Amino acid sequence: MAHDPSHDEHTTHVDHAAMGMVKEHPTWSTYWKVAVILTLITVVEVWIYYVPSIRDSRAFVPMLLTMSAVKFATVVLFYMHLRYDHRLFRVLFTGPLIIASFTIVGLLFLFGHLRIGAGAT
Amino acid sequence: MAHAAAVHSAHDTHGHPPTSTGLDNKKIAIWAFIGSECMLFASLISTYLIYKGRSVVGPYPHDACLPPACSTPLKAILNIPVTSASTFVLLMSSLAMVLALAAVETKDQPKHTTGERILGSSKLWLWMTALLGVTFLGFQAFEFTSFVHEGLTIRTNLFGSSFFTLTGFHGAHVTAGVLWLLTLLAIDYRRGLGPKDALNVDLAALYWHFVDVVWIAIFTLVYLIK
Repeated sequence: MAHDPSHDEHTTHVDHAAMGMVKEHPTWSTYWKVAVILTLITVVEVWIYYVPSIRDSRAFVPMLLTMSAVKFATVVLFYMHLRYDHRLFRVLFTGPLIIASFTIVGLLFLFGHLRIGAGAT
Repeated sequence: MAHAAAVHSAHDTHGHPPTSTGLDNKKIAIWAFIGSECMLFASLISTYLIYKGRSVVGPYPHDACLPPACSTPLKAILNIPVTSASTFVLLMSSLAMVLALAAVETKDQPKHTTGERILGSSKLWLWMTALLGVTFLGFQAFEFTSFVHEGLTIRTNLFGSSFFTLTGFHGAHVTAGVLWLLTLLAIDYRRGLGPKDALNVDLAALYWHFVDVVWIAIFTLVYLIK
């Protein structure tokens, strides 16, 4: 699992198989790029919060949810290495995550915060 | 040391632990735990969202509170600039955590340049992660204290109850993560963390990143969406 491919021969003590790695982890530069992307998305999120024309538009909430989902997925895929690890770990995480998401949406419908055809109240 | 040796000796000649999946049980367990935590935080976030906008008395998160709902006029209580800063701090702590893991995994590689030595210092990145985590907790303490001074406690209204419960649970998780990082640092100072410890550091890293992704959701759903 080399962060620098030129040093592969030095990393034989890391138990890749037990850690469930099926692909090489990203390099250090990838980690920095991911951090920059996460920061930029956060800046955009906060910026649109302070722009009344965007904040009052119907696109505001979907935009925020999309950006949040992108940040969430980026951390999970690159920092938590789910993109590179064994499929069992993906199942163990995405299964409960799907249940959790449906629980939130279901409860919001149940308590009248969401209505089909009427959007958020 | 003895524990690490015991774990290592339990592996076969290919480095595989003796499990039916070929994966270390600790890593499977941490992912299962993270999955269960997803549902815990989903329930807390659901509760917050259901109660949102249903407080009879103020203060309110995004709107000013005027008499008679409040005895005196109060502005919207959420402080977006402060929370944005704390969000940035937590995101950077995740970067420090992956760099700490990378440093542990590549500890036995020769470091020729100053940059390589900095990137390869597990102590530096573990300290950085822990300090950023403590900084986040400081922001949260400041926020909670200012809310209490403005008249919002866990007993004031539905917003206060659900907000303090949700963010308090998250803060407790961050605190547990910081303590976990400090134990890794203690081990690093005592005998040094190396590639054989990568799995144990990976477990802490997964937990830390999960705390980060939960905050990504909370920041959007609680602070930014009115």
